[in-house]
Amino acid sequence: MTTTTPARHRVPGLSKVPGIPGRVLPVVATFVLFVLLFGVGSVRYEGFTSGQVFANLFIDNAFLIVLAVGMTFVILTGGIDLSVGAVVALSTMLAAATLRAGIPAPLVILLVLAVGTGLGVLMGLVIHHFEIQPFIVTLAGMFLARGLCFVIGVESISIKDPFFRALATGTIELPGGVVITWSVVIALVIVAAAVWVLHRTRFGRTVYAIGGSESSATLMGLPVARVKVAAYAISGLCAAVAGLLFSVYMLSGYGLHAVGMELDAIASVVIGGTLLSGGVGFVLGSLLGVLVLGVIQTLISFQGTLSSWWTKIAIGTLLLLFIVMQRLFTRRAS
Amino acid sequence: MSAATATFAQRMRGSRLLWPVVALVALLLANAARNPGFLSVRLQDGHLYGSLVDILKNGAPTLLIALGMTLVIATRGIDLSVGAVAAIAGAVACTTIVGSSDPTSPAAAVTGIGVALALCLVLGLWNGFLVSLLGIQPIIATLVLMTAGRGIAMLVTDGQIITVRNDFFREIGAGFLLFPISILIALAALVAVALVTRRTALGLLIESVGINPEASRLAGLRSRTIIWTVYVFAAVCAGVAGLMISSNVSAADANNAGLWIEMDAILAVVIGGSSLAGGRYSLSGTLVGALIIQTLTTTVYSMGIAPEVTLVFKALVVIAVCLLQAPKMRARFARRRPAGHPATQPSADADSLAAQQDPADHDAAEPDGVADRPVADAVDAPDTKQKVTQS
Amino acid sequence: MTDTPRPTTAPTGDPVVAMRGITMEFPGVTALADVDFRLLPGEVHALMGENGAGKSTLIKVLTGVYTATSGTTELRGERVAFAGPAAAQEAGVSTVYQEVNLCPNLSVAENILLGREPRRFGAIDLPGTRARAAELLGRMGLTIDPASTLAEHPIAIQQLVAIARAVAVDAQVLILDEPTSSLDQDEVAELFRIMRHLRDQGVAILFVSHFLEQVYEIADRMTVLRNGRLVGEHLTRDLSRLQLVSAMIGRELGVLEEVERLAEDAGSGTSGAPPVLEASGLGRRGSIAPFDLTIRSGEVVGLAGLLGSGRTELARLLFGADRADSGSVRVGGKDVSLRTPRAAIASGIAFCSEDRKGEGILADLSIRDNLVLAMQAARGWARPIPRRTKDELVARWIETLDIRPADPDAIVGRLSGGNQQKVLLARWLVTNPRLLILDEPTRGIDIGAKAQIQKLVAQLAAEGMAVVYISAELEEVARLSHRVIVLKDRAKVAELDASATVDDIMGLIAETDATAAPRVGTAARTEQVAS
Repeated sequence: MTTTTPARHRVPGLSKVPGIPGRVLPVVATFVLFVLLFGVGSVRYEGFTSGQVFANLFIDNAFLIVLAVGMTFVILTGGIDLSVGAVVALSTMLAAATLRAGIPAPLVILLVLAVGTGLGVLMGLVIHHFEIQPFIVTLAGMFLARGLCFVIGVESISIKDPFFRALATGTIELPGGVVITWSVVIALVIVAAAVWVLHRTRFGRTVYAIGGSESSATLMGLPVARVKVAAYAISGLCAAVAGLLFSVYMLSGYGLHAVGMELDAIASVVIGGTLLSGGVGFVLGSLLGVLVLGVIQTLISFQGTLSSWWTKIAIGTLLLLFIVMQRLFTRRAS
Repeated sequence: MSAATATFAQRMRGSRLLWPVVALVALLLANAARNPGFLSVRLQDGHLYGSLVDILKNGAPTLLIALGMTLVIATRGIDLSVGAVAAIAGAVACTTIVGSSDPTSPAAAVTGIGVALALCLVLGLWNGFLVSLLGIQPIIATLVLMTAGRGIAMLVTDGQIITVRNDFFREIGAGFLLFPISILIALAALVAVALVTRRTALGLLIESVGINPEASRLAGLRSRTIIWTVYVFAAVCAGVAGLMISSNVSAADANNAGLWIEMDAILAVVIGGSSLAGGRYSLSGTLVGALIIQTLTTTVYSMGIAPEVTLVFKALVVIAVCLLQAPKMRARFARRRPAGHPATQPSADADSLAAQQDPADHDAAEPDGVADRPVADAVDAPDTKQKVTQS
Repeated sequence: MTDTPRPTTAPTGDPVVAMRGITMEFPGVTALADVDFRLLPGEVHALMGENGAGKSTLIKVLTGVYTATSGTTELRGERVAFAGPAAAQEAGVSTVYQEVNLCPNLSVAENILLGREPRRFGAIDLPGTRARAAELLGRMGLTIDPASTLAEHPIAIQQLVAIARAVAVDAQVLILDEPTSSLDQDEVAELFRIMRHLRDQGVAILFVSHFLEQVYEIADRMTVLRNGRLVGEHLTRDLSRLQLVSAMIGRELGVLEEVERLAEDAGSGTSGAPPVLEASGLGRRGSIAPFDLTIRSGEVVGLAGLLGSGRTELARLLFGADRADSGSVRVGGKDVSLRTPRAAIASGIAFCSEDRKGEGILADLSIRDNLVLAMQAARGWARPIPRRTKDELVARWIETLDIRPADPDAIVGRLSGGNQQKVLLARWLVTNPRLLILDEPTRGIDIGAKAQIQKLVAQLAAEGMAVVYISAELEEVARLSHRVIVLKDRAKVAELDASATVDDIMGLIAETDATAAPRVGTAARTEQVAS
């Protein structure tokens, strides 16, 4: 760089490791971390290395996986959605209340999905058309959704609907005696759909383009407004699905469900290697991020002597680690 | 100031404080209409009693945190960790007091407070380190402590709710000196900050850093030190607020103390008219904002609605205030745009010319100067992008 | 830059774009007044004018960013009014902007075809996309990997990719808005080769550039605007450079001559003056090769070189804006360490960045606050400048520099570029520096302010201040400077005395160019323009 090409270009990707494209390096790092954590568990605790422990990671975090998928869309556009935890709570509450009122399950599900998506669309419209920061708009969305929970009811409502109960108890046996729930299937289908949408459709590529440079995307003639609003709609939809899965998991609706779950979702996405500035990241990374959080929880529960709050501290530490790593990589590249 | 010559009406029209003050007055009047006793204040045993006094007392922690948040936001930052820091402060103070040789003595309280605030100072240093030295986005940097902080508070209290019986400690949050001591502390802090930032050059330097960090650095400002300092200050404010909260109930609840208070504080700042984009800030706006939020909470409570439902009203207020302050909305009200394209902004050269030929018209009506942001942005946009081609 | 073969015949045929009587009014200002404009197929047409002449407004009207207040636009004889750049692109009018407007995080192929990718069963056909992109790149003579990430490529290649995207829609009209400002000579040659190639295929190219030489090299015809009005439409070969310049800046040429006289009066007898700053072996890896430099008081030292030659980098090292990794600096005979701007300011050095908006003004603050900022920063926050002192200072400098509006409370972001520049100058002059570094102080401001600033520089030097003056306009550098430092490829290559002319400087830049190492990427395919 001394006499010829000045380093005028900026590489938002990461540094070069032979054989691994820079873009997927963070995902590989997350994968390695997951394997390491799982390895530590296998060495230290008896019974850790079983297919069922692995499957439980999915069973216990199915809703978080779905939530992280939606969050990935939003973060890829360079935004953030703080409302998802509250929308999960609202969905559980809405489902529980309407089921109690005797409305048939399919209708309830449609209603919950519509409300979640609607909230997302609303926030997206405000963010895009009034140019208010996503942070503050989705914060208002979070308040609104939480508040609406308590408008429906202050107490927890249990769900007795046979369909929801069937979903909760129904299992699928995989070869090797490993058992999973329908929630896992739903979550994985959503992950697969998201991967396809993000990588093989114009919509998905536009999501990346907006994250890379919104002004460029506009000048390139891409439908920025539509795609940005749609990203928040998808996040809202995912939050509603996650809410349904959560109500199946808890078999109740409650306004204080899923407090702080938006932070877990954001943490999963970040740990999964998605850049918070947008434009770089993968849904599969977010899935791995959720699994890392899950395995930490499992480790702490296997340890037995550690209290649950260690989970929070561990997540915070991991978040820090990955953020600093992102920062160092992008700084070196710029 | 050219504003000095403008009439009061003109000043109010342009002021960012107008809508927040109107909202606060409307809220108070609505309450008074429903409940005639709402505005009355009576004196008993050297204490003031009444709904207004309650609002002040309960709003003190939010106000204090919002005060620190105002300065952080002025530097273009945000601090999400204040709620967690408040919880940690309460937890540390209470455990220290309970663990001391005489848990009821003032000495124990002072030690507890000292230890708690010292720890908050360290937490502030940590946030400031991540933001100013490592250059991590403030939202993310403080998210770390927001996530881990409650875990730390739980660790301190071992997951228990720690109750203390210490009269001295109780004074901070529940005591009265005619007025509630908590609001006196918060107001004293507000006045002190106002004096320190406006009587010295600190306010100008903080705003400069928030408006343009790089330009400030090149003008010789110690941008990093300033940014670092505001995070430390915010954490200490959060610490004191945490002490108030736990003192008020004589207990430390690591899980729920200061829950969502960071959001309330950010709202107070935004409602008060300081832009989240940094730069110009308004301490009086923050005061009004904090009062609005507390009044709203009290109103909902006094209406017999479940307190949790306050959130819905908060959301509506945020949306309304943000929409009113959104540059797009203000632009739509303030000036006509080229026909057919409300979204487009005049080109840089055209607008510079406009400014040259017609310099007076903007300032008279808007002493705050920040009111009509899009114009400045329109001028800014093309050139800041050109920078990419350099380096 | 040397001459190249021009097309022998003037382009003919019906105009592909015809704009008539375009008037564009913004509140309080008329940006365009009754402007006619024609663009013929198969020509490169330069749109010329000073900043504020209305070039970008005209382009924005053409591409539908603005709707003209009155006037009509025809594309191939049909009246059009695009809803925006996207609609214009659909109709075959593509624009490539000065800064690369692509997404650095996506692949080259995606950047070319995003939104138009070939699809199969609703999904993007990835191999198809890459093949199509490779074909388009190949047509332009580029052989970069379409699957590679855009950010991996230098700006010049990114600019070419942007052009590939623009022509991928079978554009009949290609608007290039200052595409060369960040390119070096070889890269410009490559761009021109592609422009000629496209022109020969019948594409009408509208070209905006501030570099006269480039315009004379590539343009067939030109349209000149001044203050929002049409001055004339000419064949390039019919208009001499002098005629073009006077058409662009009009009667105000006289002001510049006055500056010249002033600079001459100041004389060049500064060699005996004490050195203000002596740098030896100062350098920073990847930024600028180690250099020696002495600046004496009362002396204007010009830095000349192309963009990216290291002139800004050199200035930033002197100011501590970037940290040097080798060499030493003496200021006023004492060793100093210029690790931060603060340290440099303490040594009496001041620096106006070329990026006025990004690194200079604080747009939301008043003239007063902007003006005292550096002085206040030096005093520290605890010692505010007394109100009365502040008012006096501000009033004095507003008057001295003729800052308009003369209102200390006016918000700087709303001032014109020239007045913003004056505020910045005043910010540093109140600190009473020994050495003033000005990086492109006259870029993008109107001619009146330009002359005022140059006059001021000459005056300051006459009063004993040392000035480092950077400008892309060699005339300006040659006119004002007592000494000219020539930079090339991020190194100092020569030092000329006051007698240096523009030709001398250009000669040096061109001379070193011939021996420069071949460039990565485009080198193999670069046509040798210089002979």
